[in-house]
This record gives sequence, C-alpha cells and structure tokens, in this order.
Amino acid sequence: MSESKPDPDPETEADAKFGDYGGQYVPEALMPAIEELQDAYERYVLDNEDGFMDEFRRRLRDFGGRPTPLQRADTLSERYDRDVYLKREDLLHGGAHKLNNALGQCLLAKYMGKERIIAETGAGQHGPATAMAAAHLGMPCEIYMGRRDINRQRPNVFRMRINGAEVNPVTTGRGTLKEAISETMRDWATTVENTHYIIGSIVGPAPFPAMVRDFHSVISEETRKQAKEQYGRLPDSVVACAGGGSNTMGIFADFVDSGPQSGPESASGGEPRADVGLYAVEAGGSSLSVDEERGVAPNSASLSTGSEGVLHGARTKLLQDSDGQIMESHSVSSGLDYAGVGPELAHLVDEERVEAVNVDDDAALEAFHRLSQAEGIIPALETAHALGFLEETDRDLGEFVVINVSGRGDKDLEAALEETEQRDIPNAPEMEVFE
Amino acid sequence: MSDIEAAFEDGPAFVPYLAAGDPEIDASQRYVEALAAGGADVIELGLPFSEPIAEGPTIQSAIVRSLEGGMTVDDYFEFVDSLDVDVPVVCMTYYNLIYQYEDDEPQGGSEGQKGPAPFVRKAKEVGIDGFVVPDLPAEEADPLRTACDEAGLDLIFIVAPTTNEERLDRLVSLSSGYVYVQARLGVTGAREDVSERTTASLDRLAGYDLPKAVGFGIKSGEQARDIVAGGADGIIVGSALVDVVADGYESDEPVAETADRLEALCRELKQGAVAGAQDRPTPERT
Repeated sequence: MSESKPDPDPETEADAKFGDYGGQYVPEALMPAIEELQDAYERYVLDNEDGFMDEFRRRLRDFGGRPTPLQRADTLSERYDRDVYLKREDLLHGGAHKLNNALGQCLLAKYMGKERIIAETGAGQHGPATAMAAAHLGMPCEIYMGRRDINRQRPNVFRMRINGAEVNPVTTGRGTLKEAISETMRDWATTVENTHYIIGSIVGPAPFPAMVRDFHSVISEETRKQAKEQYGRLPDSVVACAGGGSNTMGIFADFVDSGPQSGPESASGGEPRADVGLYAVEAGGSSLSVDEERGVAPNSASLSTGSEGVLHGARTKLLQDSDGQIMESHSVSSGLDYAGVGPELAHLVDEERVEAVNVDDDAALEAFHRLSQAEGIIPALETAHALGFLEETDRDLGEFVVINVSGRGDKDLEAALEETEQRDIPNAPEMEVFE
Repeated sequence: MSDIEAAFEDGPAFVPYLAAGDPEIDASQRYVEALAAGGADVIELGLPFSEPIAEGPTIQSAIVRSLEGGMTVDDYFEFVDSLDVDVPVVCMTYYNLIYQYEDDEPQGGSEGQKGPAPFVRKAKEVGIDGFVVPDLPAEEADPLRTACDEAGLDLIFIVAPTTNEERLDRLVSLSSGYVYVQARLGVTGAREDVSERTTASLDRLAGYDLPKAVGFGIKSGEQARDIVAGGADGIIVGSALVDVVADGYESDEPVAETADRLEALCRELKQGAVAGAQDRPTPERT
C-alpha cells in the first residue's frame, strides 16, 4: 500500500486475500503493473473516480442490453414442484455474462491509458466478449486460445476475427484454458508497459478476483431486486455452474451476506429460508477419480476434489498430483475445463457459505436438451451443469430457486451434438436423418 | 559469506541453467557435469513445473521433455544428490512445488510438516545452496525466506526492468547470494541483442553490495563480454544451452557429443565474461 493513502478501506485491504486464499504469485516484472491496476481498481471501480462506474453502467445498458430478465420457467417449475426462475444472462449482448467483465476491464484499461488488450479464452465466451468490448471502445485486441478449444469452438473464433481481434493459437500442453492463461501471462510479461490483460474469470493475482467479481456483481444486484419485485422476497437457493467461477460469484456476490430474510411477503406461499442457499455446480466430467500416473483428472471439480495450491497467481483449490504438478482437467464443457477455481469461491466453500456440488458430462448433456425442449432456451454446456443439478439433487432447495443461465448454447451446438451421439442421452433428438 | 556469493569473488561468475532430467536423467546428469567442466561458477538447475509462466518456448519444451520422462520432485533431489560437481547449485522452480512438498521421513519435531521448511531442509541435505522462484514476488516470500534463513541457504530474487525504486530496495534486502537482473521484459529465451535496459538496471543496482548476475537472452561470448563490461558481476545463460540439449535430442546425437558441445559453449561464455571484466574502464570493486 502506498503511503499517500491516508485511510485504507478495510474492505479493499481484505480483498487481496480470501481467508488463506488469493495473493499475488506472479513474476516480479508484472508486479508494478499489478500495483498500478490495484490503484486503478480502487480509484475508478470502488470510488467511481471520473464517473467511471457511471459510464460502465451506461454502456452495460446501452451496448450490453442490461438489465437481463429474471424469468419464471413454467415447465421446470412444474417438473420440480417449486418456483424455478432463470436469470437470463444468455440474453446479454454476446450471449453470455462475460461481457460484464470484458467491458468493465476494457473501459478500465482505457481510463488507465493502456493501448492494447490481451486476453485468454477457453470456451470462447470470454474471447468474443473481449473482442466485442475492444471493438466497441476502439482498442486493439489479441486473444490466446488453446488449439483444442479452437477446434471445439470454431464459430467463436470467427466471431473474434470478425470483430477485428487477433486470435493466437496455443499449442503447448493439451491446448485448453490452462495453457491459454499461461501464454497470455507470458505476453503480458513482455508487453506490460502498454498492455492490459483482461483475465476472464475470478482467478489470477489480486486484484483480479475481487475486481472481476465486482464487474459481474450486477447480476446478483439485479436478481435481488427482481426477486423482491416479482416474488416478494429473496430466493431460497441460487444455483450457478462453476469453472473459474465468474458467473458464480457474479450471481452470489450480493447474496453472500444476505442474512436472515425479512418479511413474510411471499407471493406464492412457502416459508422463506434464514439464509439464501448458494450452490456452485462443478463439472464432474466422466469421473471424480484421478489418474496420478498420467496426470489426468477426468473432471474439473477443483472445489469438490481438489487441494490447496498455487496456480496462475493465486493460492486456491487445484487439481494437482502429490508433487504439485497441475493435472489436465476434463469437461464436456470447455468453459468449465480448468484445473483451478477462483480463490474467493474456495474460501466461501471452506466457510460453508457456498456448497460445492458437481454434475457429470451425461447429466449436463441431458439438461442441455431438457431446457431446450421444455423452455425453448438452448443453454451453454456450462449452464447445463447448473440445470443438471436441479434434476439430480436430493437437497431441499426450497420453494423459490434461481438458476443463473450464464450463457446461450449456440457456440456449443456442434460439440453438444457430437458428444450426445457418443453417449446414451435419453432425451436427445434424432439427428442422423440430416447427415 | 555463502558459497554462492563467494563464487562471485574471483572475477565474473558464469551461471549456466539446465532443466534437470532433460531429456532424461542419465544424459541430463552428464550435461550438468559438462557445465561445470566448461567453467560454471554456480549452476542453476531447473526443477520442472507443469505451468512455467516465466519461460519462453525453449525452456518450456525442456520442461515438457523432463516431465514426460517421468521427473518427480523426489527424483530431482536424488539427481542433485548424485551430481559430481563442486560448484554451488541453485534450484530454480515454481512456488507450488515448494508449497506442496511433504517430507516422507520427518525429522524430530517437524513431523507432518509441509511446504517451504521441509523443502529447504531436504534441498540442503542433497547439496542445494539456494533458490530462484520466478512466480514468488517479495509480497509472498516470507515463508520461504524464513525457511532459507533457518537452513542458511540463499534465496535469489529477480529484479525486472519494470521494478521501481521502492520495490528494488525491498527485493535487494530480501535477496541473498546474488541478485538476478532480468535483462529485458518478457520470458526466457536466447536473443541476438542485449537490451539497453540491462545497463540501466545495473546502474540502478550499483550502490548495492550483493553480486549482480544478468540473465534473459544471453547466448554468445560476445554478449557475455558486453554485459560484464557494462558492470555485471555475472551472467546467467539458460535457453542457449537448452538449445544445445534440444538439438542433440532431436538429431539423436550421442550424449557424449552433446556434452562436448555444451562444454565448448560454456567455455566461450565464460571467456566472454572474463574478457568483459578486463574491458571495464576502472575496477570499481574494493
């Protein structure tokens, strides 16, 4: 902390670490940029200097299309015998919640006087969101994407290119999100003086996890308000998928300290809970077991099965072998396919404020087809994990459940059909006739 | 004075780097010994980590070869233990491997201890003299610094071209053995040019007593000469040497021939450094 700050905000101070998690494990060359970013985050985001947050909110509305609806899912409500509401982040410009953060950081980079944007992408949701935001704000932009993800998410590669971004394939390792993040950090270590790295989740060194959460917390801010307006009270449970965890913390943020619910003004009966239940649904992949010998975890469930370690700048929960080498993760959804998770989520799970659960590949695919048919919404495969939890769980989620529909599934059509074909997914439509 | 710091006493120090176990244990051992034969004053020996965010493509590939050959942390310690070299060895690795380390045979009161303390104890036992950990900035270094102090080993910090005055002070005060001066921004990798920023960094560090070793991008005796003439107390060379190993591996060259080529390049680099010291306008050291 610089000495010029007379009265450090205790909340900001605490946000560098979440319990024992978080921190700043990055090369020295990046530290001055991280200090600069911390300063900009405090001034522009936390203190709204120069009206930064006002401009951010205005652009989210005019360019992004916020607020997104909170919609009652009638068929699912009937199926599960409770009121199921969908927070429609799939309707945000670009088709996923990712724009909140991409636009926020891109604007911040502009305020900081940076000339160039770099970002990594896994599913290719953060990449297109960043490419859109950069085009919108007139910033040159380069996206690093794993070779394997490029093959899994071709339409998103085209979207980024069409928005004017460079897409750099990453061929190291298995060519997924983990390698893309490492490669973007290497670029940043070279170009740090004029470049801002828009990290795509609540991961990385402080202040990224707190800052990315703050840009996404508009999701929970709206959900709280809409729940009260439409249902008369806060939800009993909020469910979101968790890879790195940006949509998760985005919708959890304002519910973490929800406290005891006030008022019995429930619209459709049922006693409200003392505290809003928060469920982070991880990718159970094909199995929760790990293959130490090959260094492979056939899942991406770092909260459920991982252990504490240091990756990509932060101490958090990781999929790693006993030496501390990072495992190759797996999920049918490339956006969840990551060996780590945001430090704040790891902390909230340890504190038992958030419950970490998981849904495997098959159940996610089934949920993908179910929502498409039952509600006319094709969800992202990431989101399908949150929906799959609703089907699978025997936990009492209460009368009023909100699911964060973090993204739409257009980007996943090819992958979903291919994966569906290889498995026995009972509710999948017949597609052979079109081959 | 530690053995590492003492290695900078008689003229400029040549500090080569190789990743342990690249491409496999036996050949790698032979290569590390070739570094010593070629005039190494200190050897930086990489303990491979799966996410080496500070490394360029050359050293990333070396790490992949080593890990695919099955290198583990225990293997690394055995590797160092059986090395036949009489210069100080610095372990270069990433923090998670240190953080996860658990001693199988805990000594005395340290039962079940995990992390920097048992890692440093084990390292000392096998003959390691110090550590460079590129993803561990001063902010997070307390546990490892304390463990090194307890064991009497050195912890070397990297000073980058972007490091400001305030951080510089803090880094140098936390460093022991030498200060690793990062010659330019970016990741490791051999380059044709040596950045002007190297000279600027050395100027900024001139007032500090600890030896200054410059690394990132050095590949020739000529570059070594220029850098030492510019005020460096030592040069660190990694990727250019790893390139020789990679070449040998890819062309199926006999291990002995690759080792000879490594030794020859080491001699060139060392001679360059020595010549650079003679080029200096006035001897600054007292």
